Amino acid sequence: MTGTSRIKYAPNVKIIRFPCTGRIDFMLILKAFANGADGVIVSGCHPNDCHYSTGNFHARRRWMVFRRLLEFVGINPNRIVWSWVSAAEGAKWASLVNTSTEEIRKLGPYDSYHKLANKPLEKEVFNG
Amino acid sequence: MDEIRKRAKELLENQTAKVVIGYGEGTAGKTRAVFIRKPEDTGQLIFDDRCEQNLAVYLLKHEVKHLGKLAIIATIPVMRTILQVASELQLTENDVVILGITPEKNLIELEGFKSVEDYLKTQDVGIRKEDKELLTKLTSLSLEEKWAYWEEELSRCIKCYACRAACPMCYCLRCFVEVNQPQWIPIAPNDLGNMEWHLLRAMHLAGRCINCGECGRACPVDIPIHLLTFKGVEDVHTDFNVVAGMNATMESVLSSFKPDDKETFIR
Repeated sequence: MTGTSRIKYAPNVKIIRFPCTGRIDFMLILKAFANGADGVIVSGCHPNDCHYSTGNFHARRRWMVFRRLLEFVGINPNRIVWSWVSAAEGAKWASLVNTSTEEIRKLGPYDSYHKLANKPLEKEVFNG
Repeated sequence: MDEIRKRAKELLENQTAKVVIGYGEGTAGKTRAVFIRKPEDTGQLIFDDRCEQNLAVYLLKHEVKHLGKLAIIATIPVMRTILQVASELQLTENDVVILGITPEKNLIELEGFKSVEDYLKTQDVGIRKEDKELLTKLTSLSLEEKWAYWEEELSRCIKCYACRAACPMCYCLRCFVEVNQPQWIPIAPNDLGNMEWHLLRAMHLAGRCINCGECGRACPVDIPIHLLTFKGVEDVHTDFNVVAGMNATMESVLSSFKPDDKETFIR
């Protein structure tokens, strides 16, 4: 609805579509950081509105554990913004993107993870 | 010790079990797992303070399974492992004879999973004191300090996967880490791949780890990786009030849910 309603929002997001929040493997979120993202918005249908009936309930449990684990190894959990946004909530989506962009901009570039991801070892090993 | 040998001998003689999995004398003063198949070999079995390995790891190995009915020397972590893998439908009551060992090193006979469940209810199954202290210490650090700590520790990982081999819950025939189309986790031990591998391992064990600490003991470069899975043990307990490996019929924590699971971070 955001686009249809001509609501403008920050152009900083790259949208990656999944069939369901239940499909979002926690590793995909880490891969976003490894590929240069400074923050990630994870979003999907509200609980009880799941097209696959239980996907988001499962996802929620997984995120609860994952978030604490990230914090334990020193990954700032605030770099991942979680939100339930339904297809009808165009305005919520726009404001979510805007506020998340602002918050993550305040945290700055995620240098510590990018540094880890860009260590040259892999290249040396595979390309001689 | 004599009690264990005697009971093992009986089991093998009357063919109740084809193999007894227990501890034997290893090299350099260490103990190792032994697989006793003949009654006359039961003299190899020992049990003392050095016998820490979680022997349940062998119960699900194909090459051990096919030897026939198994009997196992079961300390508390082993019992919990058995219940956990049973709840994951990897093992049934008929597959294994449990020769329970109490913390006082006495033999107790446990018939069926129900009696194991009842026995475990009376025992302390918490995380060991020294690991608990380390966990609390690490949790109290700032994010930057935690990151520095784990970045340094995990950079030493040589990706030998001993942690995976030692873990009785890591029984998948094809592990996620071997997915190579696309290459999910870099093969070579580099910093990113190490971090990703250990986070993945911890997540896949969340709600399943029974805090035996075998992964940490197996690590040849002494990274305290067991703390990552222990963290999951604590979190699953706080969030969902579940303790793994206490019940042979429980639902897996992360493949079940409650509609009223409480979180504080989803907007």
